[in-house]
Amino acid sequence: MHARKLLVLGVLAGLAILAYMTIGARGNWGFILSFRGTKLAALLLVATALALSTLLFQTLTSNRILTPSIMGFDALYVLLQTGLVFLLGGLGYAAIPADAKFAFEVALLTGAALALFGSLLGSGLNDLFRMLLVGVIFGVFFRSLTALLQRLIDPNEFAVVQGAMFASFNKANTQLLLVSGALILLCSLLAWRKRHVLDVMALGREQAISLGLDHRRELFTGLVLVSVLVATSTALVGPVAFFGLLISALTYEIIRSQHHGDLLIGSVLISVIVLVGGQTLFERVLGMGGSLSLVVEFLGGLVFLMLILRKVRA
Amino acid sequence: MITIENVSFRHGKAPVLKDISLTIEKGGITALIGPNGAGKSTLFALMARLLPLQTGRITFDELDVRQSPSRELALKLAILRQITSIASRITVREMIGFGRFPHHRGRPGNHDREKVGEALEMFDLGDLSGRFIDELSGGQRQRVLVAMAYAQDTDYLLLDEPLNNLDMHYARDLMKQLRSLADTHGKTIVVVLHEINYAAAYADRIIALKDGTVAAQGKTADFMTEKTLSAIYNMEVRIRELDGKLIALHHA
Repeated sequence: MHARKLLVLGVLAGLAILAYMTIGARGNWGFILSFRGTKLAALLLVATALALSTLLFQTLTSNRILTPSIMGFDALYVLLQTGLVFLLGGLGYAAIPADAKFAFEVALLTGAALALFGSLLGSGLNDLFRMLLVGVIFGVFFRSLTALLQRLIDPNEFAVVQGAMFASFNKANTQLLLVSGALILLCSLLAWRKRHVLDVMALGREQAISLGLDHRRELFTGLVLVSVLVATSTALVGPVAFFGLLISALTYEIIRSQHHGDLLIGSVLISVIVLVGGQTLFERVLGMGGSLSLVVEFLGGLVFLMLILRKVRA
Repeated sequence: MITIENVSFRHGKAPVLKDISLTIEKGGITALIGPNGAGKSTLFALMARLLPLQTGRITFDELDVRQSPSRELALKLAILRQITSIASRITVREMIGFGRFPHHRGRPGNHDREKVGEALEMFDLGDLSGRFIDELSGGQRQRVLVAMAYAQDTDYLLLDEPLNNLDMHYARDLMKQLRSLADTHGKTIVVVLHEINYAAAYADRIIALKDGTVAAQGKTADFMTEKTLSAIYNMEVRIRELDGKLIALHHA
């Protein structure tokens, strides 16, 4: 039953990709394919990274409402980036090769995320609302700190930062495609290999320990994967708050399974359908008449409110 | 045999357990009782490795809780605590199947499926096997968790207040099932209980904690005296014999 659902999702994702590549294409096919192919590759990578990071995070924390973005992971990434510009200056920042900078930022985010969230999650704190509160506070804190740094730096340098601040699926940072592609592929393979362990982690800390998992180690490796995935997607298109939540909520609703084998594949396919399909709609059909990130955030925000309200009533 | 040597535990500055040493023989049911705040659940969590040991040593046969890999311990002891949140979209059969995880690490074989079927049968869950966990009553869920611990097929079984949420009928059934696990399957069962009369009726040995120390321990018949119980609970407890069973009259 799940295999059939996954097949349908796969076909839909394939159609979305096909539509993105062909609709409204005029002129030299060689150029179109390579031009659109690059953008498509970026979209596919971002879709995968966001879907997997959200799913992994929700499994590790055994909840279905919090996501890395809600907990402030990508705000932390933007803060780190602003901090680098602040320390090195716009020129210095621009002078670092993109790949090296990216690797450094990923490492920094992973370290910071582990330090901040690792102890919080490892302590067996299962109180959803406390976690939510902590996440909101961290998020606001990181954003305010970022805003402060931005006021302190030169307006010219501010322009450098600004590029990284707003989510845009149109102008993905294609310089980083190769390295982020490799990272996301690696993370996906690791997550896939751990799918059975993830099934058990989703039961919560006590059950996971009781069933013989080294909970701390699994949590640690899981958070590293989440950090790397968030960093890559944020580096490519900027921070998106609710997209991951929208995808994970849709995934649980459609797949209705607790097997991470199904969930992992399903969430990536759904993510591709929403992102590539949505982008096709906005770019080709509506002629850039709107911003996909805005619509996605709006829908995701609604889902978030709905989940919270449902939780309060339950 | 479970050995607990010089185990102390502090929450911040407040001592919860003070230098506890105990040995629990293999086989039979041992009940852990005591007033609220005596440290029963903390001792339980330390034995179950849910809390890190601060001082002292706990071993199950040759396995040291602090040093042995979690997976080896999971083949030695199964634990059951009060239900925390459970992911909702899991069927009863799948949940019990998780009990086999330490054995198959994600790739269940025929033997694992047989064991799950056996657990379903034994705990009278056959009719519910396709239901989702979040559609069950508290008592049914509790039975599922016990069945899951049974499916884990370990020598030792630790249960923290398993009678919570159970009505009289299922409470008695559960204690009888534990009794038969101990008698016919040779399991060693340690169970934290609130109600002294369940301990008196089903346990072979009783250990009482009070204020973080072992207040009394012994074979059930020796343990159940008015003097011991009154001292542990700081109140007068009368004991009567009815149909050859000792009963504590503590409720009125």
